[in-house]
Amino acid sequence: MSAPVRPSTAPSVPPPGSQEVFVPTSLALHRSDAAPAAQPASSGTRPADPASSGDPARTPRAARGRAAAVLAKVGPILAALGGIVAIWYLVSYVVLTPERQFLLPPVHEVLANTVGNPNVMGPMLEALWQTVGVALSGLAIAVVLGIGYAVVMVQSGWAEKILYPYAVILQTIPILALTPLIGIWMGYGFSARIVVCVIIALFPMISNTLFGLQSASPAAHDLFTLNKATRAQRLYKLQFPAALPSIFTGLRNAAGLSVIGAIVGDFFFQQGSPGIGGLLRTYTLRLNMDALFMAIILTAIFGVVVFSVFAALDRAVIGRWYGTGGR
Amino acid sequence: MSTTTTRPKSMTRTLVLDDVTKQFATGTVALEDVSLSVAAGEFVTVVGPSGCGKSTLLRLASGLDDVSEGSIEVNALSTSYVFQEPTLLEWRSALRNVELVGELRSEGKADRRRRAKEALDLVGLAGFEKQHPRQLSGGMRMRVSIARALVAEPDLALFDEPFGALDEITRLHLQTELQRLFALKQFAGLFITHSVSEAVYLSTRVVVMSGRPGRVVADIPVPWAYPRPPELRFEPEFAALTGEVSAALGEHS
Repeated sequence: MSAPVRPSTAPSVPPPGSQEVFVPTSLALHRSDAAPAAQPASSGTRPADPASSGDPARTPRAARGRAAAVLAKVGPILAALGGIVAIWYLVSYVVLTPERQFLLPPVHEVLANTVGNPNVMGPMLEALWQTVGVALSGLAIAVVLGIGYAVVMVQSGWAEKILYPYAVILQTIPILALTPLIGIWMGYGFSARIVVCVIIALFPMISNTLFGLQSASPAAHDLFTLNKATRAQRLYKLQFPAALPSIFTGLRNAAGLSVIGAIVGDFFFQQGSPGIGGLLRTYTLRLNMDALFMAIILTAIFGVVVFSVFAALDRAVIGRWYGTGGR
Repeated sequence: MSTTTTRPKSMTRTLVLDDVTKQFATGTVALEDVSLSVAAGEFVTVVGPSGCGKSTLLRLASGLDDVSEGSIEVNALSTSYVFQEPTLLEWRSALRNVELVGELRSEGKADRRRRAKEALDLVGLAGFEKQHPRQLSGGMRMRVSIARALVAEPDLALFDEPFGALDEITRLHLQTELQRLFALKQFAGLFITHSVSEAVYLSTRVVVMSGRPGRVVADIPVPWAYPRPPELRFEPEFAALTGEVSAALGEHS
C-alpha cells in the first residue's frame, strides 16, 4: 500500500487529553477485577481453617488443579491476544513513520477514542446488536429450510438428483454477485439483509444434513425394513438421529457464515438503522480509523463468540448423544 | 416367487426353500436349485466357502431380497435377524436398542420396556441397560443384538455370521450362550457361518454348500441333546463330526 492522502484526518477526532486519562482507569479497572479473584485462591491454600480441617488436603489441591486446567485452556488464547497487541504496537510505532501512523493507530488510542467515547461506542454497540439479530434470524431460517430440503431429498433417489443441483448452484454463485439483485427485488432494508444471510448459510445446512441422513448403515435400514417400519419411523428413529452429529457440524459452519452474510447485508443495504457492516462502510468513507478498527474488533469478537457457542453446543449435545459425556 | 406368511399352527416346517435360484442383475448366479427346510425346534447351520451365497440365502429367507426362481415359504408369526455387525443405534442405550423392535411394532411403552429388560437379562446383560454401544465391548454389543432378536419371541431366527468378527474367547462364550437360549426358546434357527466347529457345536443339522454358484452338497445331522456343555468340543465324536463336515467342504470347494 502506498501512503494515502491527508494525514490531517487522523488527529481531527481525538482530544489528546482524554486518552491519557482513560488508559490508566481501564488498567485500574482490570486490576480491581483481578484482586477479588486472587483473594479466595490465597485463602484456600491455607488448610488451617476450621471449616476445612476435616479434610485438609483435598480442597486446595482440587482448586489448584482446576485453576491449572483453566489456565491451560485460556493461556494460549491470552498469549495469542498478547501477540496481536504486540505486533500492533510494533507496526504503529516502529514500522510506520509518525505521519503515517494514522493507518494503524496504537491500541490504546483506538480504545480511548471508541470505548471511552459513548457517542461513538453507543451507536456501534446498537449496530452490532442489530447485526446479531439479522445473523441469528438468517441462521434460524437457513436451519429450518436446509433441514427441510435435505429431508425431502432423502425421500427418494430421484428427488435428490433433481433437487441437489439447485443447492449447488446457490452455493457456487458468489454472494456478492447476487447481493445487488436482492436489493432490487427486496428493497434495501432488513428483509434483504436476512435473505443474504440465509443464502450464504443455507448450503452447509443442506449438505451436512443430507450427508447425515444418508449415514445410517444398510444393515440398520434392513433392521427397520424387517420390522416393517413406516417411512416416518425410519426418518424419526433412524435417519434423523443418525444425522444429528452432521447437523451440528452444519450448524457450526452455517453460524459462522451467517455472521459474514449479516455484515455483507449491512454493507450493501443501508435503509433503516445501520448494522455494524453499515458503520464499517461509513467509517471507511470518513477515514475514521479508530472507529473502523474498533468496529473490526467487534465483528471479530462477534464471529469468535458465535463460533465458540456453537462449537460448545456441538460438543455438549453430541457427547450426551453417544452417552460418552463429551469424549 | 411366492412368500407366504401364515400362522404356525401344527405345521412343523417353519421355513421351506424349494429349488431356489438367485441371479443378480449383474448376471452372477449366487444360488442354484437350493432346497432346504427348517422346522420348529431345529437349528440349522449353513457352512460354505466365502462367496458361496450363504448371506444371500438368509436375505431371501427374511424377505429382504426376492428369489429369481423357486419359492420360499415362511410359517412364522415373527422372524428376527441377527446381522454380521451388532447394528445397534449408537445414540440409544442397550435397553432402548432392544426396545426399538417393540416401538416399531407400536407396543405399549411399559410392556415393551419390561420385555426388553427381560431379554437383556436373558443374554447376561442385567445392569448394563443404560450403557450406550460405545461403552460396551464387542461381545456385549453382540449380546444386545441377540437380545433385540429374541425380544420379538421369534418363531424363526436368522443369523448372518454374527460371531465372525469376534475374538476366539468371546466367540466360544457366545456359542455356549446361544445354544442355551435355543434350548430355552425352541425357535427355528438358521445360522450362517464359515467355522466348522461353530456349526457342529450349535446345530441340530449342518448344511454344507459348494462355491459359486452356491448349491447344497451335504446335509449332516448332529445328534447331541441341548443344552450342550462347552467340553463337548473336546470329545472324539465331536472331532469325528467336524472331520466329516470338513471333508464335505473340501470335496466341493
